[in-house]
Amino acid sequence: MARLIRTEKEVEGRFEEVWLVVEEDALEQWPAGPREIVGRPAQRVTGPMRARGEARYTSDLRLPGMLHAAVLRSPHARARVRKISLERALAAPGVRSAVGPEDVDALTDEPGHEGQAVAAVAADTIEQARAAVELIDVEWDVQKPLLDPEEAADQGQLIGEASRYERGDVDRALAQADVVVEAEYRTQTVLHSSFETHQSVCEWRGDSLDVYISTQFIWGVRDEVAGKLGLPPDKVRVVCEFMGGGFGSKNGAGDYTFVAIELAKRTGRPVRCALTRREENLATGNRNATIQRLTAAAKADGTLLALVGEFVNATGWDGWAAPTDGPMRLLYDCENVRTVLYPAKINTPPMKAFRAPGFVEGTFGLECLLDELAAKLDVDSLELRRLNYASSSDDKPYSSKNLMECYRRADQHWQRRDQVRARSEGPWKRGVGLASQIWYGGGGPPSYAWVRLGSDGRATVITAMQDIGTGTATAMSQIAAEELGLPLDKVDLVLGDSARGPYASISAGSSTTPSMGPAVRAAAADAARQVLEIAAQRYDQEGRVLSLRGGNVVSSDGGSWPLEEVVGLLEDAQILGKGARGPNPTGMQVLTFGVQVAEVAVDVETGEIRVERVAAIHDVGRVINPLGASSQVEGGIIQGIGHTLSEDRLLDPTSGVTLNPTFDTYKLPTIADVPEIVTELLDIPDEHLTNLGSKGLGEPPIVPTAAAIANAIRDATGADVRSLPITREDMLRALREAREREKEKRGAPAAV
Amino acid sequence: MPELTINGEAHEVDVPVGTTLADALRDELGLTGTKIACAEGHCGACTVLLDGVPVYSCITLVHMVDEREVTTIEGLREHPLVDAFVRTDALQCGFCTPGQIVSASALVEGNPSPSSDEIRHAMAGNLCRCGTYPKIEEAISTWQG
Repeated sequence: MARLIRTEKEVEGRFEEVWLVVEEDALEQWPAGPREIVGRPAQRVTGPMRARGEARYTSDLRLPGMLHAAVLRSPHARARVRKISLERALAAPGVRSAVGPEDVDALTDEPGHEGQAVAAVAADTIEQARAAVELIDVEWDVQKPLLDPEEAADQGQLIGEASRYERGDVDRALAQADVVVEAEYRTQTVLHSSFETHQSVCEWRGDSLDVYISTQFIWGVRDEVAGKLGLPPDKVRVVCEFMGGGFGSKNGAGDYTFVAIELAKRTGRPVRCALTRREENLATGNRNATIQRLTAAAKADGTLLALVGEFVNATGWDGWAAPTDGPMRLLYDCENVRTVLYPAKINTPPMKAFRAPGFVEGTFGLECLLDELAAKLDVDSLELRRLNYASSSDDKPYSSKNLMECYRRADQHWQRRDQVRARSEGPWKRGVGLASQIWYGGGGPPSYAWVRLGSDGRATVITAMQDIGTGTATAMSQIAAEELGLPLDKVDLVLGDSARGPYASISAGSSTTPSMGPAVRAAAADAARQVLEIAAQRYDQEGRVLSLRGGNVVSSDGGSWPLEEVVGLLEDAQILGKGARGPNPTGMQVLTFGVQVAEVAVDVETGEIRVERVAAIHDVGRVINPLGASSQVEGGIIQGIGHTLSEDRLLDPTSGVTLNPTFDTYKLPTIADVPEIVTELLDIPDEHLTNLGSKGLGEPPIVPTAAAIANAIRDATGADVRSLPITREDMLRALREAREREKEKRGAPAAV
Repeated sequence: MPELTINGEAHEVDVPVGTTLADALRDELGLTGTKIACAEGHCGACTVLLDGVPVYSCITLVHMVDEREVTTIEGLREHPLVDAFVRTDALQCGFCTPGQIVSASALVEGNPSPSSDEIRHAMAGNLCRCGTYPKIEEAISTWQG
């Protein structure tokens, strides 16, 4: 029965109180451990289509009569358009329409970062559109950009207010501490680099609008577009069947969609607006740079007394201040914590959610600081983390937490230290480091699914969610198959179209599986109940003795009837099961946990760093598909390695123009950079969370990687690397500083 | 007008001079299995075989490959590598995957049992942002079943 509740909704650490209509989650969880299908490795159901090049992405869509839009983007980090003329562009060959800042809200005449959209042209071909953009006449009033986040914070140039948090009495705790460590950590700007660039194709059909878009949130795009245009939401249909990566950058509609909508309206033709790689790397957001000044204070026995953090997030022109202070507030049992976070507003492209936004950056600082504290205390790094194990966060109990078990399993990897160090040879020094992980990932309502059973004995799961490459479609098919007692190949899935299925969750915040999975299971159970009612009547059985297993209706006294025979009675009738995601447990924190142990080799002569092995142990509740889950973990770690060692969006410090908007200069990891990765997932269902006990896994694996690698580098070389990425130059400088410190300790004059 | 053999079939491609092979395949012939992710020869998503050799079709002009033999993912759908990629979960979003399989097919053609180093060397020109690399290596190591 539907019920109206007031509940706290969380996406990527953003909380809001909302009214929600929820349906009770009446199903009991399955027992822990692998079932017939759930908990066992399954090949990706969309795998063959993707591998064979049959999957149709937004970028493959060619509608009849479709025009192509190209966008004029600001070449300046900060400027005003004094005068703009579209006349020459409109007269160019093939051009059908053009729009400027006065025509579309998403276009601006006062760009605050390079790449902001100013005007756009629609033409018969993309080459004609691009040529016409060159003919847009603009008189720029170029202004001096503000690029230094610390300067912005000092000037009070913030996006919103500084956010402050305090518990306990930090000053008193600092005064009582036996050991205090302070350090400044820096992280760089990182680009999502989704392989399918941001794009949409928009087509008006009367007063209705079709938006084909590469997105992580079909329903969010529908609401955003309908809201902006003043349309009833169901007049906007949003479609995304296959999607080429997002990593947090594709949660909204984007300027390209509003440009395509307006140009489609003006021309009466479908319009594609697709970003080039260079536009992608300027205009679609990033993981922002941070500066973190951190302090940890402890008793001599390792008990944490205080944690203090001042965080400056280089949030860009109109970005979001991600919770870089989150790990410091949540990860450890520490009574006295004080944080302040300044979201610095500067003339750079905006911060957009990127795989565990804020927590990746904040964990690098905090977990490196903990290792520096461990060294000063002469306490084992893993032991220090066990000693300060938190049993609640912000006075709320956890719905489940098995981090101690993660630590127990990490111990065998941590104990490889002596053996790894002993493999140091010549200039190559080897070491081991670890870091803990905390992040959200509980998902929540609303999310809905339907399951349709036809007389052919096949089931179809219908829900208008998107599979952004995380394997959600496979996990949902497994859940439905398990509940219906069907083999996986008898379950089809319809997704990716707001006109074809019910509301579904955003694919962000590690929320898709924990949000959608319980709804799919509830829908399958509803369909199963109806099948059993029919079977009970047909075979003159009591309904309660029947269940679905192995493609059959079976009774507790040994009777068995093929499902196809039962549903065959339906002929053209269909069974429709409906399911909704129930509420999250009230008064509890739903979080994911883990620990990673990294092994590195550092060439102390050249500064080259090789990550040789990463062991990842994570606690994300029940695992639906161990094969897909291991891929998620590997992908997170590999992105983490890029973040740690090679990726860095570089700006010209005077003009604020991006110097490396291409893949030859912005260095993504390649297959040659990949270490041995050992994945262990605890697979312990969260007994308080939904009918599945599953949390999300998309983000947790990237959270601790950078700190684990930096700590391993310190273990190998004694050098402090506190700034990402750790380039060879930085590594050599840190090694030199370490040598000088060592000499000073021994009383010799420091080398110059 | 360039005449090409594409996946064993003869095609005349009537496109303006300056058109890339990738655009000709996708827009003129409807062979959209070839993906374009960077359009400037940096990532490998658009890889096709030209007379058996992997090339970046996004920086190859179609008029320069007149009378040559082009193989795209559509021509490799029955290659055992496709099953190997699916079986080992060597794809996530799948956008780079056709290019990965095309590159891998050229590798195993000349070297059916490549070592880890050989795989990493041959495949380093095919980027994957989802980070499927360990599974790609597994797929190529075990493609013969």
